[in-house]
Amino acid sequence: MNAIKEAIKTVSDLWSLMVGLRVTGKYFLEPQRTVRYPWKAVSNIGTFKGHLELVGGGQKDPFKPRCISCGMCALACPSHCITVVKKKAPKPTPEEEKALAEAKANGEKTKDKAPKDPEKFVYDYSLCSLCGTCIENCPAGALSFTGNVYMAGYSRNDFLFDLVVKLRDSQAPAPAEPAAVPAETSEA
Amino acid sequence: MPAEFIRILIGLVAVAISVGLIGLVMVWVERKVAGHIQRRPGPYEVGPSGLLQPLADALKLVGKQLFMPDKADPILFWLAPVLSFLPVLLLFLPLPLGDGLYALDVNLGLLLILAFSGLAVLSLLLGGWASNNKYGLLGAARAVAQSVAYEIPLLLSVLAVSFVAGSLNLAEVVKGQGTWPWNWNIMTQPLAFLIYMVSALGETNRAPFDLPEAESELTAGFHTEYSGMGFGLFFLAEYANMVVVCAVATALFLGGWNGPVLPGPVWFVLKVSLLMLLMVFFRWTYPRVRFDQLLNINWKWLMPLAVLNLLATSFFVKLAQFTEVRW
Repeated sequence: MNAIKEAIKTVSDLWSLMVGLRVTGKYFLEPQRTVRYPWKAVSNIGTFKGHLELVGGGQKDPFKPRCISCGMCALACPSHCITVVKKKAPKPTPEEEKALAEAKANGEKTKDKAPKDPEKFVYDYSLCSLCGTCIENCPAGALSFTGNVYMAGYSRNDFLFDLVVKLRDSQAPAPAEPAAVPAETSEA
Repeated sequence: MPAEFIRILIGLVAVAISVGLIGLVMVWVERKVAGHIQRRPGPYEVGPSGLLQPLADALKLVGKQLFMPDKADPILFWLAPVLSFLPVLLLFLPLPLGDGLYALDVNLGLLLILAFSGLAVLSLLLGGWASNNKYGLLGAARAVAQSVAYEIPLLLSVLAVSFVAGSLNLAEVVKGQGTWPWNWNIMTQPLAFLIYMVSALGETNRAPFDLPEAESELTAGFHTEYSGMGFGLFFLAEYANMVVVCAVATALFLGGWNGPVLPGPVWFVLKVSLLMLLMVFFRWTYPRVRFDQLLNINWKWLMPLAVLNLLATSFFVKLAQFTEVRW
C-alpha cells in the first residue's frame, strides 16, 4: 500500500517538469537583461566607484582642494595608499620677520602663516581597495570617488597620482577637438 | 546493383554534409536558447546574430594541435573519436525523409539503427579508458552503465510500435500512419513515446542525463583529455546522435513525413527540429540527476513500464489478428 502511494506521488510529481519548462519558456520569451556594452552603456554608470579625487572649492576656488592637510585620511587608510604632504609656510620677507618679532616682543599671539591646503596629495591607486574609509574620516569633505570607469595604464606608475595636480589640471580646458567640431558645423 | 551503390554513395555524401551543417546549426541553436533562457543574447558578434560563431569555433578546433596525454594508449585514444563518429553516418542511411526519399532501403532499418547506435558506448569507453585520466575513466564507467541500462527500455518501446506496424522498416511504419496527428502512433502508444524520449535522452547523454560528461563533477568526463578535432568529433557525434534519435521518434510516433498541405520532407524536418528544440530546452531547464537516481529511473520505472506496455501491446495485436481471422 505504501509502495503504491509512493509510486503515485512520484508520477504526480512529474508535473514539476512541466512547471520547469513553463518557467524557462517564459524567460526565453522575455527581453534580455544584457546591455551590449561597447555599443551601449548601462544607464547607471555614474554609480561606479572609481579612484579617489580631491573635491575642489577651497578658498572659493573650484580648482583648489578643500583639503586641510590634517592627514586623517592617511591615518585611516588600511592600505596605506595616501600620503599627504603639508605646505611649508612661505619664507617671511624681512619686514614681515620684523613685524613678527615685534609682535612676539609685545606678547601677542602669532598666527601660523602656513596655508592649509596640501602641497602634495599622493595617492597610489594600485594599493587602494576603494573601501571609502578616508572619505568617511575626512573632516572637510574633501574626498570623493570619481565615476571614472575607463582608467587603464601600462605600468604601476600610471596609477600613482598627485591628486592636487590632478585637480589643478582638471581646470585646463578639455582637448580642443570636441570643441572644434561644433565650431566647424556652425561655420558650415 | 551499381544503381543501389550510387544511391548509397550519394546518400553518404549528403549525410556527411548535413551532419556537418546540423552540428554547426545545433551549436548555434543550443547557445542561443541557453542565452535567451538566461536572458542573455547568446552569440551575436560573428555574422548576423552570431550565425557564423560555430563556424569560427569549428575552424579553431580544426586548427588546434592534437595532444595526447603521457602514457595514454595512442591507438585506442585516436580510435575512439573516429569510432564515435563513423557509425553515425551509417545511422542516417535508413531514415526516411519522405516517401521513397532514403539512402538505403533496408527492411530491418530500425534494427540497423539500434545495433549501430550501440557502438557509440564502445567509443566512449575506449576514449575514457585510453586517456589515462581518472575523470575520463569515471566518465567511461558511467557511460557504459548508463547506455547499457537505457538501451533496454528504448528497445522495448520501439518494439511495441513495430509490433503494431508489423514491420521494422521505418518507411513501412510511417506509411502505416495517417496525415493528421490523431492518426499517428503517439495516440495509440503514448507511454511508449514517453519512455522512448526519456531513454533517448539517456542514450545520447543529454542533460539531465549527461552524467558521462558531467562538467561540474568530472571536468568533461570521457573526453576530458581530448582537444581539437578529437573533441570536435565527439561533439559532432553527440549532435548527430540527437538528430537520429529525434528522426526515429518522428518516424515511429509522429507520423514521419505525413502531414497536411506541406510536402513530406518539410514535415519530417519540421518535426525533427521541434523535437531537437525540446531536447535543448530540457537541457537548460532540468538539473542533472544523481547517478543512483539515473539508474533508479531506468530499472524501477522505465523498464517495468516498457515491459508492461509491450505485453499489453502484443496482447491487443494478437487479439486484433484473432478477431480478424474469425470474421
